[in-house]
Amino acid sequence: MKNIKEKFLLVSAGTVTGVLNGIFGGGGGMVVVPFLSSILSKPARVAHATAILVILPVSLASAIVYLVNGYFAAELFTAVSVGVLFGGFTGAVLLNGFSDGWATIVFSLVMFAAGLRMIF
Amino acid sequence: MRFIVYLTAGLVGGILGGMGMGGGTVLIPILTMFCGVEQKLAQSVNLFSFLPMAILSLKVHASNKLLQPRGTQWMIPPAVLFSVIGGIFVPALPKNGLRIAFGIFLCALSVFQLRTGLKSVLAQKNAGKKEKSAKEGM
Repeated sequence: MKNIKEKFLLVSAGTVTGVLNGIFGGGGGMVVVPFLSSILSKPARVAHATAILVILPVSLASAIVYLVNGYFAAELFTAVSVGVLFGGFTGAVLLNGFSDGWATIVFSLVMFAAGLRMIF
Repeated sequence: MRFIVYLTAGLVGGILGGMGMGGGTVLIPILTMFCGVEQKLAQSVNLFSFLPMAILSLKVHASNKLLQPRGTQWMIPPAVLFSVIGGIFVPALPKNGLRIAFGIFLCALSVFQLRTGLKSVLAQKNAGKKEKSAKEGM
């Protein structure tokens, strides 16, 4: 019975993640982490790593839909992809995938301000 | 020149993402606010540029034995299906509505992020006080 409930929760979590990642073109990974830690009680580090495993096929699928819909610009895509690849590597080396509490707090406030700016 | 601006935006988004602070959700507002990229195009770039980095980080995480796929087989198929459906609706969505919805999504994620940050700061403080039992706090 517990098993069925867990599967139901996982399918629901997957549905929510998919809708958000498809419509917003990202952010799915950040939604998956708390699901993995709450439903499957995975430790924080494992949840962060496994979230990428979950979101990779999801992002690939939505990326294909976006490309088919014509959202593509060669220069932009090349420049950003190279930047993200180097930046991601640097960030991972800097903090080994785990941010300090204070950095996270400051970052969350910046993110909130950006969110407000987009709403208004 | 434009190439450098886009590259820098990608670098900033990538660094934050690599630090575990939600790369994609940051890259999109950076591209729309500071580089004048249309939001739906920014979303597409974000999805696309995430792929090579994700493959690279998975390799690292796998070698560190941090991947535990148990249970995820129930999440991935519905997530893939609904992300495709969501993506199909994107061209039909009004630009202003999508921008506002994204802002709300960003605010919601930032509240969650703030909670994580506060928890980690508190945990560090508690770790300093050895006499306090871990379960007493909350």
